Amino acid sequence: MTYLLRRLAFYLVAAWVAITLNFFIPRAVPGNPAEIILSKYPDLTPQAYKALEQMIGGVVGTGSLWSQYLHYWNNVFHFNFGVDLANFPTPVSQILDQSIPWTLILVGTATVIAFLLGTGLGILAGWRHGGWLDRSLPVWMFFQAAPYFFIALVLVDFFAIEHHWLPVGQGFNGEVTSPGWTWAFISNALEHSLLPAFTIVLTSVAGWMLQMRNVMITTISEDYVIAAQAKGLSKSRTVFTYAARNALLPQLQGFGLALGFVVSGALIMEIVFSYPGIGFQLLEAVQNKDFPLMQAIFLVITFAVLVANLVVDLIIVFFDPRARSREAA
Amino acid sequence: MAPILEIDDLSVAYRSDGGDVHAVERVSLTLNAGEVVGLCGESGSGKSTLAYGATRLLRPPALITGGSVRYRGRRITQGGDPADILTMNNRELARIRWREVAIVFQSAMNALNPVLRVQDQILDAITAHLKLPKHEAREKAATLLDLVGIPRDRLRAYPHELSGGMRQRVMIAMALASDPEVVIMDEPTTALDVVVQRDILAQIVELKETLGFAVLFITHDLSLLLELADRIAVMYAGRLLETGTASAIMRAPAHPYTQGLLHSFPSLHGPRRELVGIPGTPPDLRDTLSGCPFIPRCSHTVPACSEVDMSLAPPNGAGDGPDRPGLITVGNHLTACPIVTPEEVSQEGVLS
Amino acid sequence: MKSLANIWRNLPLKAKIGVGLFGFFVLAAIIGPEVQPYDPSLQTPLTMAAPSAQHWFGTTQEGQDILSQVLTGIRLTLELALAVGVIVTVVSVLVGVTSAFLGGIWDDVLSLITNVFLVLPPLPLLIVLLGYLSQQGQTPTIIVLSLLGWPWGARVIRAQTLAIRGRDFIDASRETGEKSWRIILFELIPNEISLIAASFVNTVLYAIGASVALAFVGLTNVNSWSLGTILFWAQTDSALQSAAWWWFVPAGLAVALIGTSLVLLNSGLDELGSPRLRATRGTAKVAGHKIWPTDPTPVLAQLQSSRGRLGSFLYSFSRRSMLEGNAAGGDL
Repeated sequence: MTYLLRRLAFYLVAAWVAITLNFFIPRAVPGNPAEIILSKYPDLTPQAYKALEQMIGGVVGTGSLWSQYLHYWNNVFHFNFGVDLANFPTPVSQILDQSIPWTLILVGTATVIAFLLGTGLGILAGWRHGGWLDRSLPVWMFFQAAPYFFIALVLVDFFAIEHHWLPVGQGFNGEVTSPGWTWAFISNALEHSLLPAFTIVLTSVAGWMLQMRNVMITTISEDYVIAAQAKGLSKSRTVFTYAARNALLPQLQGFGLALGFVVSGALIMEIVFSYPGIGFQLLEAVQNKDFPLMQAIFLVITFAVLVANLVVDLIIVFFDPRARSREAA
Repeated sequence: MAPILEIDDLSVAYRSDGGDVHAVERVSLTLNAGEVVGLCGESGSGKSTLAYGATRLLRPPALITGGSVRYRGRRITQGGDPADILTMNNRELARIRWREVAIVFQSAMNALNPVLRVQDQILDAITAHLKLPKHEAREKAATLLDLVGIPRDRLRAYPHELSGGMRQRVMIAMALASDPEVVIMDEPTTALDVVVQRDILAQIVELKETLGFAVLFITHDLSLLLELADRIAVMYAGRLLETGTASAIMRAPAHPYTQGLLHSFPSLHGPRRELVGIPGTPPDLRDTLSGCPFIPRCSHTVPACSEVDMSLAPPNGAGDGPDRPGLITVGNHLTACPIVTPEEVSQEGVLS
Repeated sequence: MKSLANIWRNLPLKAKIGVGLFGFFVLAAIIGPEVQPYDPSLQTPLTMAAPSAQHWFGTTQEGQDILSQVLTGIRLTLELALAVGVIVTVVSVLVGVTSAFLGGIWDDVLSLITNVFLVLPPLPLLIVLLGYLSQQGQTPTIIVLSLLGWPWGARVIRAQTLAIRGRDFIDASRETGEKSWRIILFELIPNEISLIAASFVNTVLYAIGASVALAFVGLTNVNSWSLGTILFWAQTDSALQSAAWWWFVPAGLAVALIGTSLVLLNSGLDELGSPRLRATRGTAKVAGHKIWPTDPTPVLAQLQSSRGRLGSFLYSFSRRSMLEGNAAGGDL
């Protein structure tokens, strides 16, 4: 329990850093961000200009820095991220509500599949060190090293443009169906998510596989694996319960560490496929210099990663009896 | 009666790009049923390699380059010909491993699976070889812990929750899970403090008396073996230098290396004498040495030392054969040292 | 020099390929822009043209020569990545070693900072930062990438330093009065060279990936021809929809190949540094048979007898069998 509490405290500190960074960045860069924003709307009447200036409470404000800071915290806790500039005057939180589910489903599922698949392959590759699976690693490495979106572009080109097997992009075909719990919509959405999901899996499997393979190789030479063989245990028991179960722990920790990157890559994927998730929205926000939305998305993504990290910590504690009693002595 | 485990002329090498490292060179050793044989040597002498090589548990780049390891347990041979472990396929090996020949590893902390409870690990050993219903297997596991003096509630514990001594006892209990005929103990008490050491050793002796298995006890501590073992084999640089009964070795060590070992630790009784170590370092095992490997550190060498055939074997007659210059066999006390004359080697006709 | 030759010989094949591939791109970066046929920004009427003798990689929608763009891009991207690599490596070594060496409250504080930056997802932060900064050349990107890239190396180096530090010999050095900085420089760091090298390669990899991703999204200077920018324009000008594969394939392939070469190189360094990963590689074949690490210890006599007459005959000519003392034909 103490272990988890320490981790939770750590994530709270990280969250605090993120929020504070978010607060300071617009105030720290050269130039007046208010002007940058307002310069996009040159033909506002002076009253509208003033109103707009006041509305951008999350970006600039009146009063001392400290009071602005507190005010900002208040907003964050009420999920008040300000007003979206591109779709003025829609609140940012409303815009986010539409896109978060798409990202969660696509990125969440694809990442978990990639991790499970990669880890499974890594177990095999590590056990059969030097076998054909192990030797195919450089091919996988190529997919890992290539920029996500490049692979995506190539796949889209092949599957969607040259051969019209799968849709080019977007979450669903707006002309054919509309959002709702209907089979027509869900099947359409699934069809549109195949290519993005496949790309995410293809480009990230190599990393997990390589990592698990390396850990397996060192784990196999541990005494308890030799002891398992000396005991005459079946191969599957030795591989899975003795070797893999132990190798899984550093692998999970690596997963936790890499979550930030994983999420980043998946976001780029959305951009390539024009998939209506947060990543795509982030891009639009950047291109429109829509700062409130940009910063809100940053916070949302960061919090999501922190929560995911906490979940991974929970899983690790579940699998590692030593972690449960760590810090207890 | 024929020995239950007969290691004959075994050689084990580690392959590397820089040449083979001859870790074990033509070693012959026998183990009789119910006997305790101590294998003594310093680090790097090849004693662990010998034991793990004989059971084929060594990992690449190890390679067994010669010899045979014959096992005569009744379950396997049914009174017929002995089975050679070195020629067995995977299936036959699985039947021998643990059921016939069990191993107590050196470091219990490393040899126990950190993520499994003690009970599950012992059950693994039981169910891999004995077809028992679940509750009987669990009862057997509990009984095993009773045997080694561990309270039953420790069954649900994880390895890291146990003390060092307890872990070692668990290892011993696990080794006995399927009633083996031979138990190889690889420095089981080296990592423990002296008090715990004595407890464990006493436990081992008691278990051996009760269950009747043979023990190959590997250690660097000759003093332990003098009390524990029936016979002792002294190993150095991959070769056996001397074998004999414990009392023979203690009273009249034949090889200068054995003498050096005995003089390296003080005895509680008798007059005070100077503690002498053995200067020098063991040889590089990549070179194939001829003759006795101890030559560089020995203060009694003669020219014959570099030609002596180092393979000791049980005597099948008295005296030297033409192909075994230098081998001196007196009763069961063997050594290949040419400077020792038969008169200097003590007679010990009865196995203790 | 001799140790370099030794290192080369001991590298596994895939690492050698990695070095060669990366070297090729470094060469391209150095001489490429000097020999490029056109100015990358030069617009010609020959728009969206497929590869031809005049334009080996075809042209963009503005008629710009893609080959020239790619050559310039390789140089710019590599410059940026190597700059980030150097900065990050220096910072992470400083932080990691100091943190581990000083211990105590310093370690706690530095570790906390390191871990916080490790857990925050980099891309959103990068995007926000760059969104606010103006786009002038590559410097903002370099700064921003360096700011977020050092925690990884710092963490790994700190762990290694802690392990090496192992109370005794450091305390002993201190006892004899050796100054701390000397200890760090002459005793700690030489032991961590392979780790630092691996960290450097990883950072360069990360910098390439991140800078290309950022450029693709349009956050960096869209008028300087880094590889990511090429892809940005390809995306913006709908190269995909026009099936103008030649626009995005060369740049993307270049990034992929540079990245792959670095990953290969890194795995080679991994095997160099970790003997266990290496040990089973070279000796996985004994007497012509493949031995898995988890197989029972092989017995030479068994292996030889199962090879068959032809196999034994052929094998007896091999170098291995010579070492075993079997001359050709001696086995039959």
